[in-house]
Amino acid sequence: MQKSTFQAKVGLAEMLKGGVIMDVIDADQARIAQEAGACAVMALERVPATIRKEGGVARASDPKMIQEIQQAVTIPVMAKVRIGHFIEARILEALEVDFIDESEVLTPADDEFHIEKHDFAVPFVCGCTDLGEALRRIGEGAAMMRTKGEAGTGNIVEGVRHLRSVNGHIRKLTRMRPEELMTEAKNLGAPYDLVKWVAENGRLPVPQFAAGGVATPADAALCMALGAEAVFVGSGVFLSEDPEQRARAIVDAVTHWEDPKKLAEISTGLGKPMSGLEIKDLSEHERLATRGW
Amino acid sequence: MSPPRAIGVLALQGGWAAHKAALADLGHAAVEVRTPAQLARVDGLILPGGESTTHLKLIDRYGLAAPLEAFVAAGKPVLATCAGLILAARAVTPDQRSFGWLDVAVARNAWGRQVHSFEGFADPTPPGGPFASELPLPLLFIRAPRIESVGPDVEVLATLDGEPIMVRRGAVIGAAFHPELTPDRRVHHLAFGDPPAG
Repeated sequence: MQKSTFQAKVGLAEMLKGGVIMDVIDADQARIAQEAGACAVMALERVPATIRKEGGVARASDPKMIQEIQQAVTIPVMAKVRIGHFIEARILEALEVDFIDESEVLTPADDEFHIEKHDFAVPFVCGCTDLGEALRRIGEGAAMMRTKGEAGTGNIVEGVRHLRSVNGHIRKLTRMRPEELMTEAKNLGAPYDLVKWVAENGRLPVPQFAAGGVATPADAALCMALGAEAVFVGSGVFLSEDPEQRARAIVDAVTHWEDPKKLAEISTGLGKPMSGLEIKDLSEHERLATRGW
Repeated sequence: MSPPRAIGVLALQGGWAAHKAALADLGHAAVEVRTPAQLARVDGLILPGGESTTHLKLIDRYGLAAPLEAFVAAGKPVLATCAGLILAARAVTPDQRSFGWLDVAVARNAWGRQVHSFEGFADPTPPGGPFASELPLPLLFIRAPRIESVGPDVEVLATLDGEPIMVRRGAVIGAAFHPELTPDRRVHHLAFGDPPAG
C-alpha cells in the first residue's frame, strides 16, 4: 500500500470537478457553504477583498480557525500558505488539511522560489496566469492548477484572460511539430517533458480550475465554458447581499453551465453582488496576479 | 427504431469525466445525466465519486431522487463508486440520508483525511469471486468510505486485507475505491458488460 501518491493527490482534484470551492472565514460560513452545495471550502482569516482593503502582510490562518472549520463540515477543507513558505505548509499538513493553496493572495514569503511540493503528503493547488507558469508549478508537484484572475475584485476579466491564455497555448502546442517543442519549452520557461505531454494530450496533466473575480452565477458558467473544470469563489459569496442564495446559485450554475434557460432562472433575484473594482484602477503593487515566478 | 443503449453518468459534481472515459474504453456510449429527462434516456448508470453531501443536495434540488429510485427498482445496472457507494448504502456514519439499495453500513472518510489517501491492490480473494484468479485489481482510495457491515443478501466482490471494498446486490455494484482512475476496466465491464453490437 502506497500512501499519498501523486495519483491519489490528483484523484482528489478529480473528485472536486464540476464543483464550487468557497472561501470561508469561520465555521458558520463553512456550514452555509456546505449547505449550498459547495464541494470544498477554503479556510482563511480574511477574504481577498478584505485583504486588499485592510492591507498589511497576509499570512496563513490560525490553526484554531482551520480546526473549527474541519470540525464543522464533512467536505474537504483547504487552506492557503504564502508562496515559498514551506513551514506554513508543514503546519497545514500537520493539521491534515485536504489541499494546500500556495497562493498569491497572501503576501509572498519568497520572491524567487516556490515550495517543492512533491515532498508533501498533502496535495497542492497553485495559481497561474499562463501555460509556462502552470507547468512550472506542476513540475514542482502541484496536483491542481487554478487561474489567478485578480482576486478580491469581483471582476472576471483577468480570470478570463488567464483561462484563454492557458488553453490557447495548449491548443498551439498540439499543432506543433515535435522538433519545435524544445524551443517552445525554453520560451515558456517550462519543463520539456511536461510541454511534450501537453502537446500529445491536449490538456494539462492535472485538473484545471478557475479562480479570481467570480461574483455571479454567469461568471462561474463563463469559466466553465472557457474550459475550467471547477470554480473557486473567494469574496464573491460572503461579501454579497444574500450569501446563502448566491452560494447556491453559483453551485447550480457550475452544474448547469450549458443550459441558458436554467442559468436565467438561477440568476434571478439574487440581491446585490459584491461591488467590483476596475483592474486599471489598481496600481502595479495592488495586482496580486503578478506574484509567482 | 429505438435509440442506441447508453450508460449514464450522474454529472452533478465529482469524478464523472473519468467514468465517461472508462466507459468509452469499453466501447459504451456514455452520456452525462443532470436532469430526470436525461436519466429517462439511459439503460445503466454510474454514481461517481465526489462529495456525497453535495451530490445528495443536488439530487434533491434537481428532482432526481424519485427517478433514481425508479431506475434502480426497474433492475437497471448501477455502478456506485466512493461517494456513490455512500448514497447507495443502507446506513451511513456520520448520519446522512441514503437510498439503501445496498444493504451495507458505511463510514464516511473512515480511512482518514486526504493525507491518508492511498493506492494498492485487492486481495486475490474471495475464492470464486470475479477477480479471484486474475491479475490483482488495482485500487485507489481517496478520502474513501469504509464498508463496516454487510447484510445477508449482499455479495462481497473484492476485499482489502479481508475487509469488503466492493459489493453487489442485484444489478447494483458499490465500490469504496475509484476504478475509473486506474487503467483496469474489469469493474466497469462487470457492471455493464460488453457494448451492444453494431
